[in-house]
Amino acid sequence: MKTKATNEVLLEFPSRSSNEGFARAAVSCFAAQMDPTLNELEDIKTAVSEAVTNAIVHAYPDAIGKVTVRVRICPGNVLELTVKDHGRGIADVEKAREPLFTTGGEERSGMGFTIMESFMDKLTVRSVPGRGTTVLMRKKLAPRMKSGK
Amino acid sequence: MEINAKSADRNLLLELSGELDHHGARNSLREVEMAIDAALPKTLVLDMAGVTFMDSSGIALILRAQQRMQLLDGSILVCNVPPQARRVLDAAGIGRLVTIR
Repeated sequence: MKTKATNEVLLEFPSRSSNEGFARAAVSCFAAQMDPTLNELEDIKTAVSEAVTNAIVHAYPDAIGKVTVRVRICPGNVLELTVKDHGRGIADVEKAREPLFTTGGEERSGMGFTIMESFMDKLTVRSVPGRGTTVLMRKKLAPRMKSGK
Repeated sequence: MEINAKSADRNLLLELSGELDHHGARNSLREVEMAIDAALPKTLVLDMAGVTFMDSSGIALILRAQQRMQLLDGSILVCNVPPQARRVLDAAGIGRLVTIR
């Protein structure tokens, strides 16, 4: 069931690690219209960083593929983030979500999903091996003083 | 991501600055290890004051440094952690493994 968004943006970029910073900055710029607190904005950036890094490191380990990030602003001051790839997928999503589990070797900590879970309100991971992974995250931002619109 | 190393009396201070994400941490892991191997410190201090953003890549870096220090029977201290990086460390429970000040 899809809630109607009041505004949305779709980003698409190749899975190069230099785009991790771009994705964070772009999402944070778009989310700024929700008048988030600094903490909320940092939480969102961190979650984007984790999801996009997963796509770059795990979905396309030996190739460059497409990563898309959809940001939707939904009624009730809810930010919805979808990070999608068409890479190799995750065989066991349950296992992948466990803290400290990683197939990424020593430069990864295995804490990515744990951080996404703790920084956002809701995390859904759908994956089909060989087809790709979709990570959906939602976060309700605290109501702020309205300044019109 | 930049690392500035200062070493004296078998204490090694590594000042990290910039964005500590996967892209930024790529070469930093090696740099940190090389700095530890060169100084063979008793105490390693990771000063995070200049870190403008950190995700779980920073956790991997801290845990790697900690493992290296354990091999040397030394200790590690992480200090001046900015609020965003601190929340990342707290979410992962890193305070149980490493001293953060």
